[in-house]
Amino acid sequence: MFEKMRVKTKVIDSGKSGLDTQTLEVNVGPQHPSTHGVFRMTIVLDGEVVKSLRPVMGYLHRNHEQIAENITYSASMPYTDRLDYFNSMSNNQAWAMTVEQLAEVEIPDRAEYIRVIMSELTRLVNHVSVIGFLLNDMGAFFTPTLFAFREREKVLDVFEAVSGSRMMCNYLRFGGVNRDLTDDQLGQIKKIVADFPAFLDEFETLLAQNEIVCMRCQNVGVLPAELAINASITGPMLRASGVNYDIRKVDQYSVYDRFEFKIPLGEKGDVYDRYYVRMLEMRESLKILNQALEQIEPGPFMAPKVPACLKNPRNFKPPVGEAYGRVEAPKGELGFYVVSDGSKEPWRYHVRAPSFINLTVLEAMCIGYKLADAIVILGSIDIVLGEVDR
Amino acid sequence: MFFGLGILRGMNITLMNFIRSYTRKRGSGEIGALTTVQYPEERLPEKEKFRNFPFLIYDDKPEDLRCVACDICAQDCPPRCIYIVKETDEAGKPMKKPAVFDIDFTVCMNCGICEEVCPFDAIFMDHEFEIADSDRHDKLLYHRDDLLKTNEHFHKIRPNDGREVDTRLAEAKEAKAKKDEARKKAAEAKAAAKAKAEAEKATEAKEDKPPETEKESDPQ
Amino acid sequence: MDQMFVNIKAALVGLSDKVFPDWVGVLVSIAVSIVAIALLGPLIMMYLTLIERKVVARMQNRIGPNRVGKYGLLQPLADGVKMLIKEDIVPRNADKVLHLLAPILIVAPALLVFAVLPFGRNMTAVDLNVGILFFAAISSIGTIGIFMAAWGSNNKFSVLGGMRSVAQMISYEIPMVMSVVPVLLAVGSLSTNAIVEAQADWHWFVFTPWGFLGCVIFFLCGVAECNRSPFDLAEAESEIIAGFHTEYSGMKFALFYMAEFMSAFTISGMTTTLFLGGWQGPLLPSWLWFFLKTYGLIFIMLWFRATLPRLRVDQLMALAWKFLLPLSLVNIVATCIWHFLSDEAFFTPAAFLVPLALLVFSYWGLMKLNQPYMPEKRVYPLVD
Repeated sequence: MFEKMRVKTKVIDSGKSGLDTQTLEVNVGPQHPSTHGVFRMTIVLDGEVVKSLRPVMGYLHRNHEQIAENITYSASMPYTDRLDYFNSMSNNQAWAMTVEQLAEVEIPDRAEYIRVIMSELTRLVNHVSVIGFLLNDMGAFFTPTLFAFREREKVLDVFEAVSGSRMMCNYLRFGGVNRDLTDDQLGQIKKIVADFPAFLDEFETLLAQNEIVCMRCQNVGVLPAELAINASITGPMLRASGVNYDIRKVDQYSVYDRFEFKIPLGEKGDVYDRYYVRMLEMRESLKILNQALEQIEPGPFMAPKVPACLKNPRNFKPPVGEAYGRVEAPKGELGFYVVSDGSKEPWRYHVRAPSFINLTVLEAMCIGYKLADAIVILGSIDIVLGEVDR
Repeated sequence: MFFGLGILRGMNITLMNFIRSYTRKRGSGEIGALTTVQYPEERLPEKEKFRNFPFLIYDDKPEDLRCVACDICAQDCPPRCIYIVKETDEAGKPMKKPAVFDIDFTVCMNCGICEEVCPFDAIFMDHEFEIADSDRHDKLLYHRDDLLKTNEHFHKIRPNDGREVDTRLAEAKEAKAKKDEARKKAAEAKAAAKAKAEAEKATEAKEDKPPETEKESDPQ
Repeated sequence: MDQMFVNIKAALVGLSDKVFPDWVGVLVSIAVSIVAIALLGPLIMMYLTLIERKVVARMQNRIGPNRVGKYGLLQPLADGVKMLIKEDIVPRNADKVLHLLAPILIVAPALLVFAVLPFGRNMTAVDLNVGILFFAAISSIGTIGIFMAAWGSNNKFSVLGGMRSVAQMISYEIPMVMSVVPVLLAVGSLSTNAIVEAQADWHWFVFTPWGFLGCVIFFLCGVAECNRSPFDLAEAESEIIAGFHTEYSGMKFALFYMAEFMSAFTISGMTTTLFLGGWQGPLLPSWLWFFLKTYGLIFIMLWFRATLPRLRVDQLMALAWKFLLPLSLVNIVATCIWHFLSDEAFFTPAAFLVPLALLVFSYWGLMKLNQPYMPEKRVYPLVD
């Protein structure tokens, strides 16, 4: 018993000094304050320096894909909320788009606008939270997190009024959205969008120029563009490495082609770039929101002409075939791949989860940096374990 | 730039928040105002669409609940947390009423799909969320009688939806009554026509058999 | 008012003198001081926890504890009761003796330092003629306790925290002592009382260029000494759980907190004594002035905690050795220049400006020499 509990150590030849030194293997997680859930990293440390890092996932595995293959298409919608529980609206959108692609549904304009407004609000929520958590991992004692949550609450209030739930929205439906947005709610969103820049300025002044943050973040956890592309990293992480790839621009899905917005790109691909690119992305999101709120017009919020198979969503049986729908979720490319055999349940259902794929380069980014850096690098990837483990 | 300037700027922000927490009104939503809502005493305004756990609605007496035990919600519930058994009469024939209607609130994920799919407006999502209990096996498995709530309750938590549902139900009732009326008339007409035809036939065929008596169709 | 506490003590001693022989009076005099300090330390710690939670909460748009008593004033008592009745868990493979001794060994020096703090006029418990030396020596004993706790816990995170702590304490001790030297040069005594008395008539050292810099360096090093943000690497909760006190619970854990808060108070009190004129001040009683200034500095500590992220371990070392230490050495030179130019007067333009120029120049020079640690300017292109 005693021997088993001993620290597993390896004697390494330290060369010149002739000192007998050992590496230390520590398990960061699954219960750890800054692994953002039940994630485990087995880190081999030489002093404070990371020698190797092995991510261990699966503590939150819920069999999401298998469940979805055993329930109807529409019943999968609330399950997608629980993938990345910060961004249920984008998850809904990706799943709805996939099935609409499968069943070839035309979506009315108003529904598309509502979807865009909701997913951009989600982006704001996600980015403020992740920046708050990142700074919290760095040791800023909850102030940025609570500032972020102060603003996040306002958006969640809108989500609650619109969809009935703050986080597990389950708002989108195949062919449109569940309920219409009232003018009150639109006004509420307009107010949030109008107030947000003031908060962003405050948030940025709080720590973006802070010397300690700069020291901790700049040139730490550098992800070269080649590696990012090879590892199929997406989202703000890829753009921080200087690769111009945003599905909103590439696919021009939904009504994104009607808006004027830019993609911020990073310079070096370090933690600071990932942090700051998210900051800038929020400002671009606000631009999209402003335009969408101006352009939205009254109209039907559900597709008036749906194919016969969608008339009754309970007995929705899409034609035989396959579809892959993807959106630019706040964390990266979120895709759903679905194969239909013409029955009520999907024959195959797969989620391309950005958190999971972005996590694959963690070791490559961490080696050679300190333990404290590894935590910050993990925070800058922006993972949600609900999506990583599914 | 001087080393330390960014730190001082950041510290200015926190200090301003400290001062504003005293000068600005709590809950006003301004930057720096306190955001705490002191929960058990104070509550956020309830939103009408807020959904939590489902309840079964009844109109006047708890016996005549709207649910007809059609099992649609149980089949469509994503986590399958609803369990329904139909009530049977003495003869063993199933009635349009649930004998058992159990919802396991530990499994329910508050998605609201049961409310959406219910064709009889019998199940709705409640605003009640303080149902914590120490025993998750028995206390959180809600049976039919625990789930029953009046229409007034529904009107109280969701006035707009309540009105909408009531008008819808009234219209449906009216339509049904009209339909029944029409069906009855049609049946009568049909019966009359048939009787006439039979009579004609009888007279034509000159048979001794008396015409068959037509049963009136059940209004249900 | 000013001499209230002194008079109370004198009355007590006088009372015992009337009843008992002389030597009892001496004992009573000592005992009163000891009891006062022993009560003051924990009391200050208890309410510092409340103040910290309140202030940090306000900076984060929250209210903070307000359920136990009016404005949460009884919260520390509730915490204390909770800590006392909690189970005391000792890991199976821990070194039981070290594990038990460590919290005691941390609290004792933190409390001892109170002895040389001049709380007011004639209100130093022990007026040592080597007070500052005593302070520097005793306050660094805590490191041993921290390392004992870290090693005794048999936990890898604890060891990491302990090693960080030892490296940090040793590094920050040096610029800390070096930043006190200018004061000693100016006053010519190591006694805390003498230092305060030298700052009478608004001649607070913080108003001189070297005093200001010394004050900043001393305070920063002090913050590092008592493991507070942004130098709280030894107990960095986001990296190594709770560092050296990961494996502590109940009252032992509370003792670590007590030590941390008491040293936060003594560091602030010592900064007040050395640079902010101690108990000197107009109108109000002297002890009130002392507490006002000290709590002002404590507010700054809490303000740091609410704002700043923590440094990385190598950056922490770099800050001490490459920045604060050279600066404090230059500061000694600046003090000498000030001393020669001021010619016994507290303020003369030449004596003010020449050291100021020297210090600003060396600050700028050190910034240039530490270029790798300076923030980079980045440009973020916005593309389609």
